[in-house]
Amino acid sequence: MAHQILVHATTSGGVTTVEALIKHPMDSGFVKGKDGKLIPPHYIEVVEFTHKGKLVLRGFWGPAVSKNPFIRFSFKGGASGDPIGVSWVDNKGETASMSAAIM
Amino acid sequence: MMTEPETTGPARRTVLLGAAGAAAALALPRSGRAAAVAAPKASLWPEAAFKATTPDPALKALWGSSSLTPTTQVKMDAPDIAENGAVVPISVDANEPKITGVALLARHNPYSLACAYEIPEGTSPAISSRLKLAKTTEVIAVVKSGGKLYSTSKRVKVTLGGCG
Repeated sequence: MAHQILVHATTSGGVTTVEALIKHPMDSGFVKGKDGKLIPPHYIEVVEFTHKGKLVLRGFWGPAVSKNPFIRFSFKGGASGDPIGVSWVDNKGETASMSAAIM
Repeated sequence: MMTEPETTGPARRTVLLGAAGAAAALALPRSGRAAAVAAPKASLWPEAAFKATTPDPALKALWGSSSLTPTTQVKMDAPDIAENGAVVPISVDANEPKITGVALLARHNPYSLACAYEIPEGTSPAISSRLKLAKTTEVIAVVKSGGKLYSTSKRVKVTLGGCG
């Protein structure tokens, strides 16, 4: 899949911890490709996490976020089976989203 | 399938249709779930902050202030030495009340602001992620709380630059 998002969410003691791994090149625009030309910048700009549709984290990313970004965070609440939504938009206007249940 | 001779009987067609129907039934809830998660608005991205080449204007563009109060209440876990600057694991946490934002800056990156987060009520400011560091640099963690900015910083030595 071109724009895969892996999400793993667990809840314990009233706190839900979300781990997400997003497949994306996160090209900074400063690196030359094999042809010696700069690879144009291509990176995620905004990423959003929701719990049952309510925003629990909004991230603004720049080219300094590593390729295939990983993030871990936690929020109060959440029960097993609740949907965690992840969505992003990058500097080319491409988007991807997915939803996964809290384990 | 298209190149096969038309010798398939009705039984096989029924089977194929059935399989297609089952696939559609499986696909529908998936696309339905994906549609339920709307894409973020690209216009939310604070472009000026991300185009700043030093931390102060980046923070001014992001949060309207670059006045930082260093505190031990903001904690950052970053390596002393990063052998590969392309993937440097960095974690932030903070004890301040009513935190609404977290940002990470690398002073000597081409653009200082690496990432910024909006923290809704109920979400912990503890965030782990991985950043690129172009060269040895001071990494600054900034937390926004009650309109004030609190920070901590750490020098990370980069042996192999990772602007890529």
